[in-house]
Amino acid sequence: MSVSDTSFRDSRLAFALRQGGGIVLSLAATLLGLLLVTFFIGRVVPIDPVLAVVGERATQAQYDAVREALGLDQPLWKQFGIYVWDALHGDFGQSIRTREPVVDEIRRYFPATLELATLATIFGVIVGVPAGVIAATRPGSLIDQIVRIVGLMGYSMPVFWLGLMGLLLFYGILGWVGGPGQLDAGYQMLMEFELTRHTGMILLDTALNGRWDMFANALSHIVLPAGILGYTSMAYISRMTRSFMMNELGQEYITTARVKGMPEWRVIWVHALKNVMVPLITVVALSYAYLLEGSVLTETIFAWPGLGSYITDALFAADMPAVLGGTVVVGVVFIGLNMLSDILYRLVDPRAK
Amino acid sequence: MSDLLTIRDLRVTFDTETGPVEAVRGVSFRLGRERLGIVGESGSGKTITGRSVLRLIRPPGRIEAAEMTFDGIDLTRISEREMRALRGPRIAMVMQDPKYSLNPVMKVGAQLTEGLRLRDRLGAAEARRKAIEALEAVQIRDPERVMEAYPHELSGGMGQRVMIAMMLIPNPDLLIADEPTSALDVTVQAEVLSILDGLVRDRGMGLIFISHDLRLVARFCDRVLVMYKGRIVEEVAAGELTRAKHPYTQGLLNCLPRIGGSRAPLPGLDRDADWARA
Amino acid sequence: MSGAEMKRGGVIAWLREPNPHSRTQARLGQAYLSWLRMRRNPLAMVGLTIVLLLLVMAALAPWLAPHDPYVQDLTRRLLPPGTPGHLLGTDDFGRDILSRIIYGSRITLYIVVLVAVSAPVLGLLIGTVSGYFGGFVDQVLMRITDIFLAFPRLILALALVAVLGPGIENAVLAIALTAWPPYARVARAETLTVRSSDYIAAVRLQGAGAPRIIWGHVMPMCLPSVIIRVTLDMAGVILIAAGLGFLGLGVQPPLPEWGLMISSGRKFLFEQWWVATMPGLAIFIVSLGFNLLGDGLRDVLDPRNSGK
Repeated sequence: MSVSDTSFRDSRLAFALRQGGGIVLSLAATLLGLLLVTFFIGRVVPIDPVLAVVGERATQAQYDAVREALGLDQPLWKQFGIYVWDALHGDFGQSIRTREPVVDEIRRYFPATLELATLATIFGVIVGVPAGVIAATRPGSLIDQIVRIVGLMGYSMPVFWLGLMGLLLFYGILGWVGGPGQLDAGYQMLMEFELTRHTGMILLDTALNGRWDMFANALSHIVLPAGILGYTSMAYISRMTRSFMMNELGQEYITTARVKGMPEWRVIWVHALKNVMVPLITVVALSYAYLLEGSVLTETIFAWPGLGSYITDALFAADMPAVLGGTVVVGVVFIGLNMLSDILYRLVDPRAK
Repeated sequence: MSDLLTIRDLRVTFDTETGPVEAVRGVSFRLGRERLGIVGESGSGKTITGRSVLRLIRPPGRIEAAEMTFDGIDLTRISEREMRALRGPRIAMVMQDPKYSLNPVMKVGAQLTEGLRLRDRLGAAEARRKAIEALEAVQIRDPERVMEAYPHELSGGMGQRVMIAMMLIPNPDLLIADEPTSALDVTVQAEVLSILDGLVRDRGMGLIFISHDLRLVARFCDRVLVMYKGRIVEEVAAGELTRAKHPYTQGLLNCLPRIGGSRAPLPGLDRDADWARA
Repeated sequence: MSGAEMKRGGVIAWLREPNPHSRTQARLGQAYLSWLRMRRNPLAMVGLTIVLLLLVMAALAPWLAPHDPYVQDLTRRLLPPGTPGHLLGTDDFGRDILSRIIYGSRITLYIVVLVAVSAPVLGLLIGTVSGYFGGFVDQVLMRITDIFLAFPRLILALALVAVLGPGIENAVLAIALTAWPPYARVARAETLTVRSSDYIAAVRLQGAGAPRIIWGHVMPMCLPSVIIRVTLDMAGVILIAAGLGFLGLGVQPPLPEWGLMISSGRKFLFEQWWVATMPGLAIFIVSLGFNLLGDGLRDVLDPRNSGK
């Protein structure tokens, strides 16, 4: 690689980072808004946070002490300031159910969701991108219709119902996969004692511990929820890929490539796909973010100990600090993914200015 | 003289919702190693005619011809694979606007060398050397820098030179130039044209020059076909343009301003429905 | 040719006239061509049929349903599909599942209609105001829109329902509050394109104030793109409503809401599969219908995306 080439690349990175400055500023504003919304939800909720801590039979003195400790005697704007300050330091308060800091609990639950969403996205990209490309190159053909219908079905199925149907068919009737949970009950017991949780992700941890028997078992459990989430992601990615691809295939540079006598595979999979990749990055990041949302319902079905289960369980226990903490974390990941896709976009597209 | 290209009764039909539309309706011409101009207003079918030669009409368009022969090869019969072998090394095309006709996310170098590397199986260094030579041939002064640039970093004139270089690398027998200077600034048009002219002359290739600019074509070509609504309405030698008989050709000539000519408003083009028949 | 056929031929020729004589004729002609294009798209027609069937089902529920959807009969609980009198079987309280699905279509439609008339209006208002005034107003409003877009919809709806308490109205409110930002974006984009056009300038010169211009001249221009978006979004609304119902945060028992019915069938999934399966199928078919219709509409109205 020549010298001029690397310097060119460096300047492009610097440019992207400079652009990133603007992104960070708008990110901060969005984050502040996010906290404002959750703050108000937390204040409006008809549960007295003091009572939730001290219990019904506390004396007035105890009640006031806790009220002061929680900062609820301060004016509203000050409370918000404290809330933001704490949130920036990773303090979302204490869970009412477990009395543990919410952030510690989220740290424990989040990796499971991340693992599920990552596997699903990988599946969605590996299947969705080629499916969309092939559909776009043969518009109106049988394969195009199939991709379109399979995609629309993915858009139209309630993910929790799909999960139940998957369980019924692949677990209940066929017995091909493990049931709800991350492991069989026996392994679940063993896990507590024999597994060092390096990452909190079950597949990674079993592999890192060299417990391949456990790994295989974990795989049989994760494949169904990941596949179902992956299907919804695939539906989205294949549709978007098809529409981007159709657009690119109508461009003049495609004709140029054909005039040069390039074989059709190269025209499509190199010339057009390179251009499709640019907007596709945003789509993949978005679908990743949507998976976090889809995981709320999927995790309930599959008893998956992730953030989705955490939020819904907290909701039913009226554990507002936990609900709002979880909401903020999901929101932050959402914003973070958006920002990441923005930066990647600028890096991949040479025209980005 | 042996013909490079013979086209007899070429028809291109597009199936649309409101029924089939014939964009080219029975065009016939022959081409030796000469320079042929095709002139007409937009929608006259001149671009479609050019692309038909390369068989680059996408569905829902259909190409039909009584004869379409290139250097003894029947273009209507050969397979897509054989057609692909002709595109590039034998027949090439320079398109209108380098802003759209170069791949925006590939470096110029990669676009120039891909044919050499993929088809001629040259090594990276050898392909690069040839590409730089080609850039020098179109009078680009710093080919090394241009090789590393993305198309949007080039000016229009520069981009079109890259396009010409790219198409001439495999030394084709026939070059189709489809409005090669219409998208460029007036100041660089002449320059790009003279580069194109010189290369075509030196290498003795056949040229089909498609344009809406009758005078430009007349200056640049040996022979001119005038198209109107998918038909050839007149064929004239470039030198005898002023003696053109067809009223449409005369009309086209009269719409052009002349230095030192009268200052009266330019006449519009009166169309006669008969021209479209034949 | 009979007189009626002649007349019919005359109307069609009038519609297909390539050189229309009046604005009405041009518009109707366009609509007719769109309809022809749509009719050739079998998937869109399937979607249209499903949506029409949903409307009919909801309207005629008392006459179509073979049983009362609320009456419990514990002697006839969990009967499998195909049992005489119970085509889709019965649930754990012995209620006829088919009848509950038929009545449930009313709830689904109720939610869809309420969201469809509230969220786009809010979005349209914010988007047009933001686009028309630009500058500081635009900055603030778009930042608010971004904040709401940054929340995953379902999770924000969950948090809102947690505050408002479960129930059908609150579910609608929560969904509408999470659904408006995309409409605001669409409306703002449209507004930006018309804002600087000459006819807006002409209206302004006549002395019209901003509210009048926005209401009378900008909003109508934004409507078509917003309406396409609404059709495409309806399936998503149905799914989120069902999700809230499934979690027990939306419509409350004993109402026959489809998501709720799935959740009640979950307990018997492996033994009495039909209790959870049937309402899920209903959700799937209806939202597929909306998706097919929206997809077809977009193909017709926005030819760039059509599969040609």
